[in-house]
Amino acid sequence: MLTAALEAMRERLRGGIGEVALVRGMLVLDVEPAVLLRTVGDLKAEHGFDLLLDITAIDWPGRTPRFDVVYHLYSTRHFLRIRLKVRVPESDPTVDSLATLFGAARFHERECHDMYGIVFRGNGDLRPILLYEGFDGHPLRKDYAKQDEQPLVRYRR
Amino acid sequence: MARRAIPIAAAQPRSNAFDYLSTKKDELVGWARKFSLFPYPFVTACCAMEFMAVSSSPYDTDRFGAALPRFSPRQSDLLMVVGTVTHKQAPILLKVYEQMCEPKWVMAFGACATSGGFYQNYAAVAGIDRIIPVDIYVPGCPPRPETVIDAIMMLQDRIARDHHPIVTETF
Repeated sequence: MLTAALEAMRERLRGGIGEVALVRGMLVLDVEPAVLLRTVGDLKAEHGFDLLLDITAIDWPGRTPRFDVVYHLYSTRHFLRIRLKVRVPESDPTVDSLATLFGAARFHERECHDMYGIVFRGNGDLRPILLYEGFDGHPLRKDYAKQDEQPLVRYRR
Repeated sequence: MARRAIPIAAAQPRSNAFDYLSTKKDELVGWARKFSLFPYPFVTACCAMEFMAVSSSPYDTDRFGAALPRFSPRQSDLLMVVGTVTHKQAPILLKVYEQMCEPKWVMAFGACATSGGFYQNYAAVAGIDRIIPVDIYVPGCPPRPETVIDAIMMLQDRIARDHHPIVTETF
């Protein structure tokens, strides 16, 4: 099943997929930002990956492009998981939003925007969801200082 | 000047009951207040489980008159901050504290409320005493019920020994 799906994907996307690996029984695809929406659409429509589990990011300081945006999908039909990684640069950390395919993507993308500053093109509501209005910076980026607090009330001492 | 004898004898000679006794105002008010602590549980995290354990029958803080939680800060006089307080939560905690009427006491329940615990990051307040004054700290992650009961008793002792300012002109 996995290899058949993979071959079909390769055929369709023609080079949009970079490195492919099988990590602990889970297929991991490196996807070009340009074909992300199409890839996820195919996975959903043709391979039964109908559940979006998570959207997060990884910060690799010193690497270019700096960020990996990571998607986890699950197929409730085949009981399979798949992971997609999209590399985005620090200068323009933008990827397409999956909100048109999965409603749950909106909140995941808001959280990812909070923590890593990834901009999701097409998600109109990227207000803070876990952080608060006025928070400066993105706390899960590696260059955010650990002790850097942004209190909302004045300290007594 | 010799101290006056404190009259505790019965007013009517033939009655054995005490009709009146005298004490100090601070002791009387302190005694009343220490056995009528109405806690406001400001419960934010996993310490809540331990708070429930200490409130329920095996440990039973009702023995100390400190078990009936009032879910309005205006009716309570012991603010129990149970769990981690984040920077996003801090304005709410401050508002709850400011809405409580005097006299009021604050208990920092558990390591997170006391010092931030192991959270040293952008999200957590490193101890609620940065925001509001704290009367008693309860260590532990989470604290054992015995620790909480000890803290309540220590707070009661302190209330009993405290000076309770005069409320009106006549009292």
